[in-house]
Amino acid sequence: MDQPVRELPTGAWPAGLTRVPFWVYRDPEVARDEQTRVFEGPAWHFLCLEIDVPQTGDYRTTMMGAMPVVVVRTEDGEIVAFENRCAHRGSLICLDDGGKVKDFQCVYHSWRYDLRGNLTSIAFRRGVNGQGGMPDDFRMEAHGPRKLRTETLCGLVFGTLAADAPDLTSYIGPEVLIRLHRVLDKKLEVIGRFTQQLPCNWKLYMENVRDTYHASLLHTFFTTFRITRLSQGGGVMVGDSGVAHASTTLAAAKGPDDSYAGMRADNQGFQLQDPSFMNAVHEFNDTVNLQIVSVFPGFILQQIHNALAVRQIVPRGVDSMDLHWTYLGFADDTPELRSMRLRQGNLAGPAGFVSMEDGAVGGFVQRGIAAADQEAAIVEMGGATAESAETRATEASVRGFWKAWRAQMGV
Amino acid sequence: MMPPDGELPKAGLPSTGLPGAEMIDVATLNGACASAIDSGRLEDWPGFFLDRCLYKVTTADNHEAGYQAGLIYADSRAMLRDRIAALREANIYERQRYRHILGMPLITGDEDGTIAAETSFLVVRTMRDGHMIVFATGVYLDKLRRDGAGNWRYAERIVVCDSQRIDTLLAIPL
Repeated sequence: MDQPVRELPTGAWPAGLTRVPFWVYRDPEVARDEQTRVFEGPAWHFLCLEIDVPQTGDYRTTMMGAMPVVVVRTEDGEIVAFENRCAHRGSLICLDDGGKVKDFQCVYHSWRYDLRGNLTSIAFRRGVNGQGGMPDDFRMEAHGPRKLRTETLCGLVFGTLAADAPDLTSYIGPEVLIRLHRVLDKKLEVIGRFTQQLPCNWKLYMENVRDTYHASLLHTFFTTFRITRLSQGGGVMVGDSGVAHASTTLAAAKGPDDSYAGMRADNQGFQLQDPSFMNAVHEFNDTVNLQIVSVFPGFILQQIHNALAVRQIVPRGVDSMDLHWTYLGFADDTPELRSMRLRQGNLAGPAGFVSMEDGAVGGFVQRGIAAADQEAAIVEMGGATAESAETRATEASVRGFWKAWRAQMGV
Repeated sequence: MMPPDGELPKAGLPSTGLPGAEMIDVATLNGACASAIDSGRLEDWPGFFLDRCLYKVTTADNHEAGYQAGLIYADSRAMLRDRIAALREANIYERQRYRHILGMPLITGDEDGTIAAETSFLVVRTMRDGHMIVFATGVYLDKLRRDGAGNWRYAERIVVCDSQRIDTLLAIPL
């Protein structure tokens, strides 16, 4: 993280953590720097689930920012990852989302790689009929796609290109680590995969995830049905570095609540005709209804009652990103619990009652700031620091995001 | 042209070679349902389903992998009504409309009072500023049964989108 301080493209960064200049969401140079300093830098990136690659030769393709990556289970059971790029001409080595192989072969000129991404053979290396071929001094071991460091935690596979990055658990920090273990304590099962294409800079989505202030105001479904109100118990945890966050909401207290009186989100008359879809069980031995965990820059774990999902952020240029949703259950789900997850799945995702707005609101900002490169966002709710708080009426976690971003970007 | 070797695929037509009444029934229900959505009469949409029903929006990849979850998953007409109520009263999304272009239904089953059919769809989404995209294409995998009044209704509608990528959000049902 000791990269040289970069020159700011547009103006200076305001003092402190409470202002975010809008050019940071718009400048193509910032996006290029993010690729080298964040996505290929000393950060840990969610790659896939351990169950995506259960056996030797099972692979899955994913992204680290703009960089295509292959994750694969080797002969000795280890999960490794390397850049999905042939050393020869740079073609993708794997073309599908996943599969099972003995080794990898680039389709372009049949250069082969073992399961660790080592170049093992070159077609016509010795030429044909004594003519052509590679020079005798060409060393295959000196060429190959870049290899990642990988770590597996709670069934999640993370990777980084940085040899000097701290280990994954130190990166996340002990406080948030407990929140990950709380949910991911058993063998997982994928129950759905969807991609949501968002018309905004990737940082706007991650800020939204960490923004505990907006949830019950923008998402009125939440508030109306008392799934979460800021007046319910809960809080937000932010690690020292700002890298990881966890927010929690406790089960609702009974009785009327007037803390939202007069706001758009206050709509106490709205009732479900089929309230059974909100049937839920406390499956984690506590009364936390909702927990969101994030790990900088692009990983999110969601528990909304029994609707579980991981989300992965993949930037697509300055004003577009892909959000990859993987809906989860546990392998030992009873049919009743699985049915609850399927019905509660309506809460989240691209069509989610309490999350569809998150797909649009980043775009509202992106369009709103189109001419505001000299202006800055205000991130001052709950003070100026990025510390854990026992309220969600704070933007502490958003400030934590910028703490982590600025450390890695050197601004 | 020479016919290919082997058995010809079943075209789903009765032996007379004429389109059956089933196809007309399915196409009529499909058309009425799409019209309700495209013209903004969303409150009418749940009425095309039976009380106990399954409406699920998924994708070809998910369907082929056997994944159970949907982008939308409703197993009662009341849940469909709740979705429309949420769209009207709670959810925030920019003004938009759909245009459904429906294919001709392929009847894939007809027994015990249940018609099974597959119908291709193409949905163009137009935003308030006039921006249009091909929002979704795919196939409806439908099961129809008659309700108490004798009208055909969807007992099951699995909406299998060809792409797993959803632009921005899925508010209005497909």
